[in-house]
Amino acid sequence: MAVRGEAPADEVRAERSTSRLRRAVAKLRRDRALLLLAIPGLALLLLFQYIPLLGNIIAFENYEPYLGIIHSQWIGLSNFSIIFNGNPEFLDALKNTVIITALQVFFVFPVPIVLALLLNSLVSERLKRLVQSVLYLPHFLSWVVVVAIFQEMFGGSGLLDDWLRAHGHATVNIIGNSGLFKEMIASQVIWKDSGWATILFLAALSQIDAALYEAASVDGASRWRQLWHITLPGLKSIGILLFILQLGSVLSTGFEQIILQQGPVGIASSEVLSTYVYHNGILAGQWGESAAVGLVNGLVGVALVLGANKIAHMFGEQGIYQS
Amino acid sequence: MTVVSKGRPGVAGNQAPSVAMRGVKGLVLTICCAVVIIPFVGVISTSLATQQQVTDAGGFVIIPDHVTIAAYRAIFAGGVVTRAIGVSVFITVVGTALSLTCTAMLAYALSRPRSFAHKQLLMVVLFALLFTPGIIPSYLVVKDFGLLNSYWSLIVPTAVNAFNVIVLRAFFMNLPQALIDSARIDGASEATILRKVVLPLSKAAMAVVGLFYAVGYWNAFFNALLYINDTSKWPLQLVLQTYVVNNAEIGTGQLTPGEVLPPQQSLQMAILVVSIVPILLVYPFLQRHFAKGVLTGAVKG
Repeated sequence: MAVRGEAPADEVRAERSTSRLRRAVAKLRRDRALLLLAIPGLALLLLFQYIPLLGNIIAFENYEPYLGIIHSQWIGLSNFSIIFNGNPEFLDALKNTVIITALQVFFVFPVPIVLALLLNSLVSERLKRLVQSVLYLPHFLSWVVVVAIFQEMFGGSGLLDDWLRAHGHATVNIIGNSGLFKEMIASQVIWKDSGWATILFLAALSQIDAALYEAASVDGASRWRQLWHITLPGLKSIGILLFILQLGSVLSTGFEQIILQQGPVGIASSEVLSTYVYHNGILAGQWGESAAVGLVNGLVGVALVLGANKIAHMFGEQGIYQS
Repeated sequence: MTVVSKGRPGVAGNQAPSVAMRGVKGLVLTICCAVVIIPFVGVISTSLATQQQVTDAGGFVIIPDHVTIAAYRAIFAGGVVTRAIGVSVFITVVGTALSLTCTAMLAYALSRPRSFAHKQLLMVVLFALLFTPGIIPSYLVVKDFGLLNSYWSLIVPTAVNAFNVIVLRAFFMNLPQALIDSARIDGASEATILRKVVLPLSKAAMAVVGLFYAVGYWNAFFNALLYINDTSKWPLQLVLQTYVVNNAEIGTGQLTPGEVLPPQQSLQMAILVVSIVPILLVYPFLQRHFAKGVLTGAVKG
């Protein structure tokens, strides 16, 4: 930069920054009352969302409850060795988590899309609204209720077994069957949430320009071709967005649903990473190691979201945010 | 076939679908609805059935021919379930009031364009949406604040939901700003503007967000499992887990002594019904407005 311009430039910059500061102070004074209103909400977020985020530091400590976070011994990455040293319980939890995630992605995820297409093709608005009312309902039930209802359907004295007994068939063991646990988990998610999940797809469907269909049918495209070339492309963006969000959440959610049902099927086939953290950390007191597993689990979730988002960008999609 | 153009936007295709196709669609949707409705009918029927019927049916009754409300009388006569209902109602009412107050204030504070640090503060909220804190650190925070076994542990950790803040903020920003500005010129304080101008215009949005919270508190299981060991402080969801999901025997010890005990299965189903009924009562309202709320959040967030 030219020597001549330096001193005045500094002055101008200083002046600019003081005037900016002055403006900020004036703004702060003006918005004082507004900021006061924000304090309770922000405080709750800081206390119960941000401080726990910092609390992940115990993953690097030999945490002792009576010493607290500050005074517990710093042991670096030792806690993380549980992830790499082939602990069989951890490996079981990891394997189950991956399988359940895969089931969610391949079998649970497409259901609302198909349901939305079916609903959308209903001509009668009243019928459509009626079906929607029924299908959205399970979303608002708690997992405890959903699990209880599934037990009443498929448990030892449940509807299915009652029917089989009444018709002279042998009863089937579904609830206590560890081999069917993961499929059970997936079907419960379908029952509870796939109706509700149609909302966003239905919204996307209503955005598709009707002129496209008219043009296509004038050109003689069959209904299936219209579905393939107009409807599905119209669902692509929202589908990708939801897919990315689901990738991020599957690793961490499912806690309530799974912890409720581990009793009859046993830990080996039902433990996932979140329940592993609960059992080993909160119940068994392995604080540091469990926090390490929880931290890695969370980070992998975020990495999956960001990675999938990146791939979506490479294919020219919007993803969850634009970089 | 002559093409009958229905011209309704978004309908896949304008040719009339074949009869077979319509039959298949109708069948699939009917089955979907039946899969949702039948369990509800069964649960309600079993809760109203007599011992004889429960035994005859092998446990689960679809259509009761003698209706008795003995199971409901038993669970409402005092004892574990009655107390748990009380706890859940308390948590839901107090929690929803606290959540709505904090959320509305925060959303309003972030809704004014070009206010001090509004971008940074909004980032604080959005960031909370992306990262969920782990189980262990959350537990330790609640423990270090001395909230274990306190009803507050069921309220404060989930009191402010970032998503709801975003939804409400989007709604507030769409209100006619001239109204708010004129109140400001008249010298009304921000708190007064929120109370007297903004909230009266936002009754529907507040009701939706309030119901979001209320359903969340009523259904909350995770926090109760983590933070409440004292059985006398159990909310309904923990009672459901113990006596319905885990099939613990509901004896006279859990209910009022001296009564003839209705069948276990009926008692279990009655507890289940009691936990579902509040949801069913608000459901028509939820369904009408939730969809809008979700879409607002998705579009603006």
